[in-house]
Order: sequence, then C-alpha cells, then structure tokens
Amino acid sequence: MRFLVSFALLAASLGGASAENLVTSLSSHRVLINSNYTGTAIAVFGAIERDAQTISRGTGYDAAVTVRGPPQYLVVREKERLGPLWLNREQQKFPQTPAYLSVLTSRPISEITSDQLRQRQKIGLQAIVNAPDFTNDREGADEPFREALLRLKRRDGLYLEDARAVAFLTPTIFKASIPLPAIAPPGNYDVEVTLLADTVILARSLTHFELVKTGFEQQVGEASRDWSWLYGVSTAVFALFSGWIANVIFRRD
Amino acid sequence: MQIYLPIAEMPVSVLLILGMGAAVGFISGLFGIGGGFLMTPLLIFLGIPPAVAVATQSAQIVASSNTSVLNAFRRKALDFKLGGVLVAGGFVGSVLGVWFFAAARRAGQLDVVIVVSYVTLFTVVGSLMLKESVSEFWTKRRGGTVRVKRQAGEHAAYLFWPLRMRFYRSKLYASVIPILGFALFVGFVGALLGIGGGFIMVPALLYIFRVPTSIVVGTSQFQIVCTTLVSLILHAVANQAVDIVLAMLLIAGGVFGAQFGARAGRNLRAELFRFLLAILLLAVGIRFALELVVTPNEFFSITTQELRT
Repeated sequence: MRFLVSFALLAASLGGASAENLVTSLSSHRVLINSNYTGTAIAVFGAIERDAQTISRGTGYDAAVTVRGPPQYLVVREKERLGPLWLNREQQKFPQTPAYLSVLTSRPISEITSDQLRQRQKIGLQAIVNAPDFTNDREGADEPFREALLRLKRRDGLYLEDARAVAFLTPTIFKASIPLPAIAPPGNYDVEVTLLADTVILARSLTHFELVKTGFEQQVGEASRDWSWLYGVSTAVFALFSGWIANVIFRRD
Repeated sequence: MQIYLPIAEMPVSVLLILGMGAAVGFISGLFGIGGGFLMTPLLIFLGIPPAVAVATQSAQIVASSNTSVLNAFRRKALDFKLGGVLVAGGFVGSVLGVWFFAAARRAGQLDVVIVVSYVTLFTVVGSLMLKESVSEFWTKRRGGTVRVKRQAGEHAAYLFWPLRMRFYRSKLYASVIPILGFALFVGFVGALLGIGGGFIMVPALLYIFRVPTSIVVGTSQFQIVCTTLVSLILHAVANQAVDIVLAMLLIAGGVFGAQFGARAGRNLRAELFRFLLAILLLAVGIRFALELVVTPNEFFSITTQELRT
C-alpha cells in the first residue's frame, strides 16, 4: 500500500513535458541484512505520463529494467594442458564488473530493440558483457573469457535475464520484481529503467537502493575492520576457552 | 536453518557447518593433526571466499587442538620440551614460508607451486606410511615380531649430532639440530600451503624420531595450537577475514568431534592408527592429483580480487 501511495504522489508531481515521461519508484531504497537473511526481492513500479502533445503510438510500450550491483575486480583464468597436467595459463582481467547484474524486460530483448541500439545502449546481458569498456580488447582473445564470465555468473544466479519479468498492469503502468539471491553482496545497487516503443528509446530513469548489514552483522563487520587486533585476540581466546569447556564436560574418565 | 555470515557475506546451513566441524574435529582428535587440509576445501566448496575459509578454520583448529592438548596433558601424554623445540623451529620456518609465498606470487607461479607441493607431499608421505604399515602387517601374519627400533645401535646417525638433548617423556635422547631443522621445514611448508603441517609432523615424529604413538598426538597438537594461534591473530589483523559466526559454529562442532576422536584414538592399535592415517593422506593426495590430471568440466574459473578504493 505504501508503495502505491508513494508512486501515486510521484506521478502527480510530474507534468509539463512534451513527450512521454517515465516515473519510477522502488519498494525499498534500503534493504537490511539480518542473521536470517536468505535473499529478497525488490519491486519496481513505473508509470508512463503522456500529455496532449504526445503523439499516439501504434505499438504498445516496452520497458527494460537493468540492475547493477557493487563493482568487483574479477580475474577469469583458463586451464590449459601442459604435458599431463591441467594448469591455469591465460587470464583476463575485468576491473569494474558488477557483482550482480539483472536485466528484466516485458518482452524478449531481440523483439523490443534493434541490434544496433542494443549494443550502443547496452541493453541485455550479452550487450553489457560484450561492451568494449567491460574488459580490455585483445582482438578476439578476450571473447572466450567474456563468455565464461557470463556463463559462470549466470550459474551462480548473480547474472540473470528475464523476458517476462516486467508486467504491464495498464498500457501505461508496469511493475517488475528484482530477485536478489542471498550471495549478492552488500553495497549500492543501480536500477536503470528504459522505456521503449517500436525499438526506439523514449525515456530513461535511474534510481538506487542499498543492501546493508544491520545490528549484530553490522557490528561484527565494523569490529573486524576497526578493532582488528581486539577482534583477532578475542576470537583466539574464545577458541581456547571452548576447547577447555569441551575438555571439562568430557572429564568423566 | 540458515544463518547469515557477517564477514563471508552469505548465508549457510547451521546443521551442515556443525556437522562438518564435528567430522573434521573427530579426525583431528584421532590423528593429532589440525585438519585444515580437509576443512578449507570443504568451506570453499560451500562458496565461502577462500581468504575467509583459510582464516576462519584456523579458529576451529585452535579450539579442537586445545581440547586434545588438555586431554593429553591430563594423561601425561604430552612432551612440553619437545613441543617447545618444534614451536621455535616452526616459527622461523613460517616466516621464511610467508616470504617465499610472496616471492612466488610475484613470479606468477604460486598456483603451480602450491598444487604440486600438495600432491607430492601427500602422496609421498602417505605411500611411505602405507608401505611400512602393510609390510609390518605381513611380518605379523607370518609369525614374525615387529620390534620398535629403540635399542642402542638402531638409531639413525643424525640423532648423534652435537647439542644432544634429553626428552624424557618421548624417550628420546637426540641432537636438537635435526629436530629444529625438521620443525623449520614443517613451518615453511605450512605457511606456503596455508596448513598447520600436523600431517607431516605426526609421521615424522613416528618414523624419523621414533617417538611413542601416544606422545606423538599430544605433542603435535601442542605445536599446532601455538602456531595456529599466531596465524589466527595475524589473519584477523592483516586480512580481516575471520568470520566469528562461522568460527563459533565450526568450534561448537569441532571440540566435541575432537573429544570423541581422541577417545577413539586411545582404543586404536598403533599399527592400525598408522595404516588409517596413511590411507587418509594418500586419498587427499590422489584427489589433488586427479584435479591436476583429469580433463576439467569447466576450463574457466573466476577469482575476486580486493578492490582498493
């Protein structure tokens, strides 16, 4: 209910643009991790505003939601045969890879965009991973590494593409649910919503949410960073003490 | 039941971790080894980042080895003097090992060095022990008697080097030079491979220095507690990779597992003990060797590097 109200308020506060206006809202801008966190889902709502001057579209609207997690420095290595052994030989560095990446659309990406637009505007997993700024270009030698990164991240559920995830409730109002697996790391997440019609981009909006540890989880994280000596020594004391306790409990013989 | 690990930043099943802690603790208590070479791959398999896995399992080793040390101390099955010499040599070896680790990483050959040393150590130590244990078994079957080689004239020459020391409890009178040198080697390999080195220490005390089996376990555990305690604190300070929630779960399982392991170990005949340890080492060695030789299903792997911003 809260979401609907905030969305209605946002929608009401806008107007005066000549073409379509895109208004989006997230169900939450701050997702908290506590001790029984096992992943979550965040809802995105979008409304398309039209005014009298807006030309009527022959086809309906399409939307693409791209969610990027905090950046990671990844190295992909390839095992190759060296005599009888399989060893890591070649590697490719990916300095600014999102830890989490999902692309949610209302219809298959190939139907709502042209090849050129997809590559230029980086819509869809394939287009993002194959973009020139994703890793350094080594004249084709980087291709298998890009593919491997996408395949392995997809297998872990951290990269995903869903062509049915955006649902239009009315011709101008849509919603989507962003699935966040438990292993998606804490940090800032960017949500980019692109509005399209007939393979042309009409509007874009960018919002954010953050995934943060709270309570005990947050305190442990801070203690390990800011009080590392004390943290290490107390873990050691706890370990020694537990060993002693177990010994006392079992001192029957 | 799932619980979120604050440093590893992922949820795990509580029962699974408790069970893993208990199983590795049992093996640790039984053989007098730390068990890090079993726990680390298991944790990494669950998806825990390697740095967190290595750092956190050292807390579990401290706990389960400490309970074994206290057990051994009560039963007077612990040679503090020998343990002290091993700790001193091991410490110097660790420092050298860390330095070599950094040098090999700069040369870009670290993975190869680690995997090859793992395979070599485990298979060599394992097969030597297995051969010894099987031949002993056959001698007994044929009615022969196997004497422990402790009599005069049966000691190896290096035990007669200068600086001889008397280790009463271990029934050992030997030069400290080979003992220190050996402890240095264990510390070096341990730091290089990220393991405590108990699995090299135990067979060496048994076969090279002919220390009685009952004393070997307690003394080795004493050395493990001292070394791992230092590395646990260093890991917490340098890498901030110790996950206290994961550590507590592993410890809870580990200390009880170690108690039952120590109990089972006391009822085990010495030759069976050595046979089982040989099989365990050989199995781990072969597993690593297969990983090197068998064509992998997936040729690519991803590693995350620290993002310094």
